[in-house]
Amino acid sequence: MKFTVKILGPLALALTVMPPLMFMFHSMAGPLMKNLMLAGCILWFATARFFMQGGAK
Amino acid sequence: MADEYQDGGNEFEREPIPEKALKGPSAFWGMYAGEHTAGTEFMIGPLFVAWGVSAFDLIFGLLLGNLLAVLSWRFITAPIATRHRLTLYYQLEKICGRKLVVLYNLANGILFCFLAGAMVTVSATAVGVPFSGIKMPAFTDLLPTGPAWCLAVLILGAMMTFVAVKGYGFVARVGHLSAPWMLLVFLACGLVMMGKLHSVNLVELLTPAAGTHAQIGFWGVVFFAWFCNAAMHIGMSDLSILRFARKPAYGWASSAGMFLGHYLAWICAALLLVFWVRAHGVDPAKGMAPGPMVYDAVGWAGLVCVIVAGWTTANPTIYRAGLAFQSLYPKMSRATATLIAGSACTLAGLFPAIAMKLLDFVGLYGTTLAPVGAVILVEVYLAKKFGLTRNWAEQTGRSFNLAVLLAWLIPLGCFYAAFLKFNIFPSYLTLPVYLLTGAIYIIAAKLLHRQPPQPQTEPARL
Repeated sequence: MKFTVKILGPLALALTVMPPLMFMFHSMAGPLMKNLMLAGCILWFATARFFMQGGAK
Repeated sequence: MADEYQDGGNEFEREPIPEKALKGPSAFWGMYAGEHTAGTEFMIGPLFVAWGVSAFDLIFGLLLGNLLAVLSWRFITAPIATRHRLTLYYQLEKICGRKLVVLYNLANGILFCFLAGAMVTVSATAVGVPFSGIKMPAFTDLLPTGPAWCLAVLILGAMMTFVAVKGYGFVARVGHLSAPWMLLVFLACGLVMMGKLHSVNLVELLTPAAGTHAQIGFWGVVFFAWFCNAAMHIGMSDLSILRFARKPAYGWASSAGMFLGHYLAWICAALLLVFWVRAHGVDPAKGMAPGPMVYDAVGWAGLVCVIVAGWTTANPTIYRAGLAFQSLYPKMSRATATLIAGSACTLAGLFPAIAMKLLDFVGLYGTTLAPVGAVILVEVYLAKKFGLTRNWAEQTGRSFNLAVLLAWLIPLGCFYAAFLKFNIFPSYLTLPVYLLTGAIYIIAAKLLHRQPPQPQTEPARL
């Protein structure tokens, strides 16, 4: 579980910043970029509390 | 950080922080990065564009101003915080007496309400996006834009107040957890705008249209970036935070807030308006509300970011304003005081004037509260040299220090007169007011304070 969460957290951040980066270089369409960012947002709030320092408090 | 101790029941409000309660550096880096990535950053970046600031002035002015702010935290606030390990309020009480601290708290509470109101306004522009009936305010709007806008602000303000009354621990936690994600959303907005504008040349993108009159230049940007948090660094409000630091070097942690929140985020937010000006012909002076711009750039994730960024910073602000009001009437419950503060902030949020004039308001806020920091600076470093009685109120048992009141109000009166009469950009006057306060305090204390009676000692027998 811990291992999965540790992977999902950075993945959420990657989903937040990589699609816009690809959009900037015209490698991804706008709607897909926005959907992936929303997925990153949901994933981040679902997992961040498990691995960020003090998250369990 | 301090909040964890509030939750734990021991806030160390009237005693130095014990060794066991000190914090490591990571707590400060995280706290500063989160605290300075607020909903209002979505307003400040575009306001620079609206004011016609040139690309060079913005990029290098922010760089220098933020550096000066970090140096202020590191070399002014952190050394005093780690030497005495007291809150600003307790340190002030020792110098000024309880009654004057109450006056300071009143000013603090009122300004906090307006600041939180601006955050409610920003969040409401995101809430309003899915509802076409809500007319979004422009930079030129000072009054509520209609009944639907009022309803959105009232609902949002009521929810924020309710959470603050219940204790804002949960929201503070969400703020802490969302900080890294929020920063990346700001970055994403900038990247998407560069993609849409087909350029990665920031200087070219941030250059205003030919003939644009710049309302502030390089030094205006420098002073704004330096003093937008003047109340916290030179005004010593962050003594309450940095007193938990093991050593003064932790003051460098403020660079996380300044260079991520007040540099990267402001520039990315500025690009949002640049796009709307260039692609949709929006008048930069009228601007656009942040909610629709962010939604257009990054979709629903952006709206969540605007709401979370506004909410997580408005809530602690409402809570602190409540505490400030409670200090006026100690018998009043914290819940009642927070309810009053939340209602005042919601009413302030109805009026877009504060959010839309944020560059001015932040300057007024800093210049009003920062001068008390000059008094503390004099007490710590110059009192012995000028023969002043340190911690005068505590030493004499007085509850009101007239020297501090004069030192605070005389320069402040001159400042407000200059601001109202000549419309001077407030951030230009923060430093003069601060220095003048320190100078007047030295003179007034010399003239007004008699040395407290020394303990009687037997004359030496020869």
